[in-house]
Amino acid sequence: MNADSQPTTWSTAAKEIVSGGAFRAFLSVILGFIVGALFMVFSNEAFLNALSYLTARPTDALGAGWTAISDGYLALFRGSIYNYQADNFVAAMRPITETLRFAGPLIAAGLGVALGFRVGLFNIGASGQILFGALAATWVSTRMTLPWGVHLVVAAAVAIAAAAAFGALVGFLKARTGAHEVIVTIMLNYVAAGLLTFFFRQDYLLREADGGGTPKSDAPAETAQLPTLFGDSFTLHAGFLLALVGVVIYWWLMERSTIGYRFRMVGHNIDAARTAGVNVSRTFVYAMAASGAFVGIAAVNQALGARAGLTPDLDGSIGFDAITVALLGSSTGPGVLLAGLLFGAFKAGAPAMQVIGLSPEVTGVVQGFIVLFIAAPPLVRAIFRLPPPQKSTVIADWWVGLRKKKVAK
Amino acid sequence: MSTASNDSFARVDARVSYKTPIVMAAFALVVGIAFGLFGKPEAVTFQWSNPEDFIHIPDFVVASNLVGMVVGVILLIIAALAFVRARAARTTPLWLNLIFGLFAVVALLGWLAAGNNVPFAFILGNAVVLAVPIALGAMGGIMSERVGVVNIAIEGQLLTGAFLAAVVGSLTDNLYFGLIAAMVGAALLSMVLASFAIVYLVDQIIVGVVLNVLILGITNFLYSQWLSADGQNSNFPGTFDIIPIPGLSSIPILGPALFESRITTYLTYLIIPALWFILFKTKLGLRARAVGEHPLAADTVGINVARTRFWWVTLGGVVAGLGGAALTIGSVGAFGRGMSGGQGFIALAVVILGRWHPFAAAAAALLFGFSIILRVWANQVSPGIPTDFITMVPYVVTLIAVVGFVGRVRAPAADGQPYIKG
Repeated sequence: MNADSQPTTWSTAAKEIVSGGAFRAFLSVILGFIVGALFMVFSNEAFLNALSYLTARPTDALGAGWTAISDGYLALFRGSIYNYQADNFVAAMRPITETLRFAGPLIAAGLGVALGFRVGLFNIGASGQILFGALAATWVSTRMTLPWGVHLVVAAAVAIAAAAAFGALVGFLKARTGAHEVIVTIMLNYVAAGLLTFFFRQDYLLREADGGGTPKSDAPAETAQLPTLFGDSFTLHAGFLLALVGVVIYWWLMERSTIGYRFRMVGHNIDAARTAGVNVSRTFVYAMAASGAFVGIAAVNQALGARAGLTPDLDGSIGFDAITVALLGSSTGPGVLLAGLLFGAFKAGAPAMQVIGLSPEVTGVVQGFIVLFIAAPPLVRAIFRLPPPQKSTVIADWWVGLRKKKVAK
Repeated sequence: MSTASNDSFARVDARVSYKTPIVMAAFALVVGIAFGLFGKPEAVTFQWSNPEDFIHIPDFVVASNLVGMVVGVILLIIAALAFVRARAARTTPLWLNLIFGLFAVVALLGWLAAGNNVPFAFILGNAVVLAVPIALGAMGGIMSERVGVVNIAIEGQLLTGAFLAAVVGSLTDNLYFGLIAAMVGAALLSMVLASFAIVYLVDQIIVGVVLNVLILGITNFLYSQWLSADGQNSNFPGTFDIIPIPGLSSIPILGPALFESRITTYLTYLIIPALWFILFKTKLGLRARAVGEHPLAADTVGINVARTRFWWVTLGGVVAGLGGAALTIGSVGAFGRGMSGGQGFIALAVVILGRWHPFAAAAAALLFGFSIILRVWANQVSPGIPTDFITMVPYVVTLIAVVGFVGRVRAPAADGQPYIKG
């Protein structure tokens, strides 16, 4: 009681933490895993069998349920972080590198969508931007011969530029005609898919040499492939590093640069931004171009990280996963990085879950519930009886003080 | 940017805009030159009706490039009409646009089927069946957006409806139970959207996207873990019978296409005009639109904004769930992984393309249904044509429409904005 009436600095700080977005995101992830566990249990045959004689021997059902959960999540762990059942070091470490490989494009595309969110634009077009960027990259990587090093740089730059242009088109149309970006990006997704399929189907364009009727490209030339990071026993390639560079650039752009400040102004209050002299139309174009450029890094990952020919489904579900990554990461650089790693782990863990007879789609359920809880702060607050958002700034003050001390030294 | 006040004064100081006639003329030239001058001279047979039909219209045989040229000239005349209207600062009416589109389609069909048949009834009938889920999804979207709640979750509602219709229909061995389950399930999903949007004031677009992700995850999991192994018992519903409507089904051309169909299609025929009537001709609809346009004013005259929004969004879910059922038990039967395949997003585009109006949206939905069957059919009659471009046509048309014809479409003024009673 005393602590409540006269809050100490510590309890205020604690309250700030538990009411903050990061802690809520953490709880949402936990809740998502719990719901996922329920799905595993109730789709488990041994558990359902034991359920039929629940009143006679309830321990059977409990045991079967627990086994289902632990087997499932241990398989996810083995598939995505560390395989403790492997015979050798390489096999044991491969899962974590796979997670990073899958996380690369998710992080990059997530940054693109996140940038849109910060400007108040909803970029559903990541899928189309990836496809368009990959189309351009594939042209450079399979139809041009350039020296080692130059080839990769040119291919990557062209991919990012193409994706940025595809994004800028959306911004331009919105600024010029007022067309809603959600509709335009959805339509452009299909246009990009059709265009890519067409290019991959015609032998005078990008179809693989001696290819059949199915749309497929050649493998990127060796000079244009993203190099592997840990030798040939791991498939992890430099695309992940590009994504990390993207995170840093994103942070600088949004938190430190003038243009990023304009982006955020438009996102916060478009009328105020206009009154303050921001050219809103131009900001839309720049923002969508920047958003597309980050998504372009994902296109580089997909197009130049491949060792075999590409097919029109090269974007997988990255375009839409990017939206959930941006949501979970609350549109900040570090947040998107962590969210991308988590969802990358889900993708990497799929084969291991398949092996034990559990549908890897369960990670889709976990993913869905995580973002549901993220999207509804009041729901999570009600479940955990968390305090409402605090107005005190104890932690921020402490942080600022710390930095001032450093400067003083 | 697009402010509502600007648009409402548009009639007063209407500027002369030549956008529509210019786009039309460009289309007309493309048709006349590509399909006409450079068209193929082979004969094409337009089959208006099946030989066994009650009233049989004889086939119409004509050279393919002649169709292109004649239609190109007709389209140029329509463009000139639009130009004359534009000079008088009047907009091109919707029916003129529709006639334009219809002729363009005829030219495209004639070009594709050079040396072959154009089975009109087959194409139109399939276009309608394929348009049903999109149209119902769009009606659900209109119901929700007219009261001011943006519904991105149409995709999830279609998927929910498709899944529940197939599974409940199989387990109970009664398709009507499946139909009801689809509507109830999608309505429950709508209630989640509504309560998050209205009670918790969460960003509506984000909730919608999240619900789509969630439903896709859940149905994918249940499909691979349960349905794919136990398909005979849980995913084998069959489809509704095809019931020809006596009298109407013997109308030439349109009869077999429109009135020899399943109950899901007939329900769609009822829902679209009913929604129009309720929205624009009844007190109920006036209240709903008031809530979507100006919730504060609606609240002031005693309309319960939150309750109105909640029930309209929920009923929109019922309609969209029916659309989902049309995907499975109204068409192919069994449920497939992620089978809505983006049709919910198409429905979203259809809502905007149709300017939040049931009839215009239904026409737009038909355009998409038509494009799907066109792709399938074009693959058969002329395998050389790059069908990837035909695949893109409806999306490009939507883009042009959203950017050019519709321009700054005016959504319900309070669309997407939560109302906080103060």
